[in-house]
Amino acid sequence: MRIRNVFISILACVLAIAAAAQNPPAPGGARGGGGFIAYPQRPVTDPAAVARGKVLFDVNCSFCHGADARGGDDGPNLLRSELVLDDQKGESIGPVLLNGRDRGMPKFTFTPDQISDIASYIHSFPVSSRTGPGSINIVVGNAKAGEAFFNARCAPCHSVTGDLKGLASKYTDPKALQQTWILPGSGGRLGGAGPARTAPPMTATVTLPSGEKVEGKIDRMDDFVISLTLADGTHRSFQTEGNTPAVEIRDPLAGHKSLLRTYADADIHNVTAYLVTLK
Amino acid sequence: MYSPPRRGGVDAPSAAKAQTGWSARENISAELTTPALRASPPLRGGECATLLVILWLLWLLITPTLVAAQGLDPGSLLKPLSDSWPTYSGDYSGRRYSSLTHINQSNVKNLTLAWTHRLTNGPTPGGPQGASGTPSLIIGGEGPGDIVAAGATQVKGAILQVDGVLYVTTPDNTWALDARDGHELWHYFWKTRGGTHIGNRGVGIWGNYLFFVTPDDYLVSLDARSGKERWHKEILSFNQQYFATMAPIVIRNHVLVGSSNDLDEPGFIQSFDPETGELQWKFYAVPMNPGDPGLETWKDLDAARHGGGQPWVPGSYDPETNLYIFGSGNPSPAYTSQTRGEGDNLFTCAVVAINVDTGKMAWYYQTSPHDTHDWDSAQTPVLVDGEFNGRPRKLVLTASRNGYYFTLDRLTGEHLVTGKFSDSANWASDLNAKGQPVRNPDKDFHIAGALVSPANQGATNWPPPAFSPEAGLFYVPSTDTYAMYYLTEIDPRGAMGLGGKEELNVATVGSYLTAIDYKTGKIAWRHKYRTLGNDARAPGLLTTAGRLLFTGDVSGNLVAFDPANGKILWHSYVGQVTNAPETYMIDGRQCILTAAGDTLYAFTLY
Repeated sequence: MRIRNVFISILACVLAIAAAAQNPPAPGGARGGGGFIAYPQRPVTDPAAVARGKVLFDVNCSFCHGADARGGDDGPNLLRSELVLDDQKGESIGPVLLNGRDRGMPKFTFTPDQISDIASYIHSFPVSSRTGPGSINIVVGNAKAGEAFFNARCAPCHSVTGDLKGLASKYTDPKALQQTWILPGSGGRLGGAGPARTAPPMTATVTLPSGEKVEGKIDRMDDFVISLTLADGTHRSFQTEGNTPAVEIRDPLAGHKSLLRTYADADIHNVTAYLVTLK
Repeated sequence: MYSPPRRGGVDAPSAAKAQTGWSARENISAELTTPALRASPPLRGGECATLLVILWLLWLLITPTLVAAQGLDPGSLLKPLSDSWPTYSGDYSGRRYSSLTHINQSNVKNLTLAWTHRLTNGPTPGGPQGASGTPSLIIGGEGPGDIVAAGATQVKGAILQVDGVLYVTTPDNTWALDARDGHELWHYFWKTRGGTHIGNRGVGIWGNYLFFVTPDDYLVSLDARSGKERWHKEILSFNQQYFATMAPIVIRNHVLVGSSNDLDEPGFIQSFDPETGELQWKFYAVPMNPGDPGLETWKDLDAARHGGGQPWVPGSYDPETNLYIFGSGNPSPAYTSQTRGEGDNLFTCAVVAINVDTGKMAWYYQTSPHDTHDWDSAQTPVLVDGEFNGRPRKLVLTASRNGYYFTLDRLTGEHLVTGKFSDSANWASDLNAKGQPVRNPDKDFHIAGALVSPANQGATNWPPPAFSPEAGLFYVPSTDTYAMYYLTEIDPRGAMGLGGKEELNVATVGSYLTAIDYKTGKIAWRHKYRTLGNDARAPGLLTTAGRLLFTGDVSGNLVAFDPANGKILWHSYVGQVTNAPETYMIDGRQCILTAAGDTLYAFTLY
């Protein structure tokens, strides 16, 4: 079975290329953005020619190059071929069809019109270096083993009859559930796939030289300034230099973060298989 | 070898020995003007006016020639980096180490803002100009003119400073600014055909010729004084979805440019003649023909020819060996690697040394055999002469996107040291006998997700590292990140380019300024930035003989550190720094220059 939905995904992807090889958004949120402009796909100017070319391609070419032209056991992927990419109307593809190539490409006796039709068909495939999100079921783990892992590692803070009661009914996509339990708020593009499970905020206690302690939710923090929202809704900011004034930071997700380096992937898959049963 | 080109009737600097200066040429204008004036006859009677006109015309003819003889002398790039910033890394070594000491540990606390200037992408003349008038807008390009990158104006490359003029770029835009106050002298806008507008790393300069590349695959040469276009030339195939980001590196009469591509096409470096743009040679980072070295590390020739290895970040140059030393990009397809075979996929993800005159490879060392995460090794290598095991040695240092650090011998490529600078990196199980990390295939991806560190952005990326000879330390901006890698393409033929996987970020657990001892590969010190976990990308670095290490943190501050121990000495909030800070002298003052998105900030002492 050839993967046809790839092409739909590619179209979506061309419109919204968010990831990039050189400069993807950093984890935790996109920043800056490079301003992408997609490579123009070739417009289909003659659908009838594409249809005629498809018939010719299916009969003569797909055996080696695949029905989707992405290559087979005996023929290379044509969509990434320099010759095909640079070809406009069959002027480069034609000689190869007529003369063949060493390494197994036979000669064909196509007419110029047939060559043009075949070229039109090959050029009708969108060509992209990206594919869209997958739709494969990711629940492959062992729920029993996941339950055991949960009881050993997660139960100290969480309860399936308490804070996590009915968790799975809130997520239609197990991938969103998995990302959320690994680290609430993670997953970026999956934001719409389930209720945003926002983690409780980081808080801090600042102890001033006078001995006064100021406690609140951290709004902004770097090496030089820490800004808090206090319980009464007011804001206070402090310049810090080294350990003065003393700042004690509490990260409610510290437990999740420290577990990241301990998981085996099978643990993750098992826990997800268990959590999806918590309807 | 090199033969001196001619421009405007004046010999360009000839090929002197590497270490000898080029100062004799700086008086070229005097040599020319004197005989010309002596040749003029005395002025007498009615002939006087005519002769004056002739003289004036002669002067007009000569003047551009005189100015043309100034600009950047390519030989000045071989001197220690001080007053100017004439190439991507400041000098060829990649150390980003300036010999300037006006700003130093004792006075950096007084560093203050000299000027700011905000850039505006696109064919709009002006930008905030104040009283200095409207700069000239020059428009070039082959596109329709109505495609403008939607993203914000972001300076993500080097800003050259030559003769008091700054040259700065974003994709499709090049500006010349006055280095004294940042006002615009001219703005060149390129009408694009499209393509990947991800960033531009800056211009290269040769005499008065500027060179930069465009996302739609042109090398453009401008007259540095006016911004007028000299020529443009398509250097990569747009149909094959190539794009270009690299700052051209000018070495004698070679203009070197590396390719970028995310679609399974081969990566290469091309060398062009600065005068004409004519191609001199082309070096492919992957085997392209039967019998090519490295072919045995690919499934077959078709796989190799579509194997990527894009050298998209500027490299360094060793004048003693005449070697251009650069990092190559990841193999392609990046994730679904089964069509590449089981081998190492040479010469992707490697430090590679090629002869500048021939483009022939001298040596290589692969830092990520058979990469499966799009973690290229394209980071600018740093060339250092240092002590190693008790004797002086010529070295090259690099910290790779995969989280590992390497010290190599730069004459031979011999591996000397491997260190791990990302604590969280979990994709490799071991080091092999060559010091290369051995990938754990379980961490490639999984249909149910593999938890991998680092995330795609890598433990470091293009933002340049630096080296301080005084401290003897190598510095790299680094992050510890995790992502889930889901396999989405179950067809055994895999996907093209970056396809076939879905990568969902999990966390940034730390962003650092990391100092590495090149003798051991161990972390000498590292500063972990205090954040809420929403860290921006850590930008590039600058070191100076004033015993200062400048960079932006991940929260919008420009910061000066003590290179010996990481102590913070000064900072200023400017917004997120997006390039590497640089330094230069203007009118007797040292400036620290950096970019935060669309705005340049220059700091100095008064």
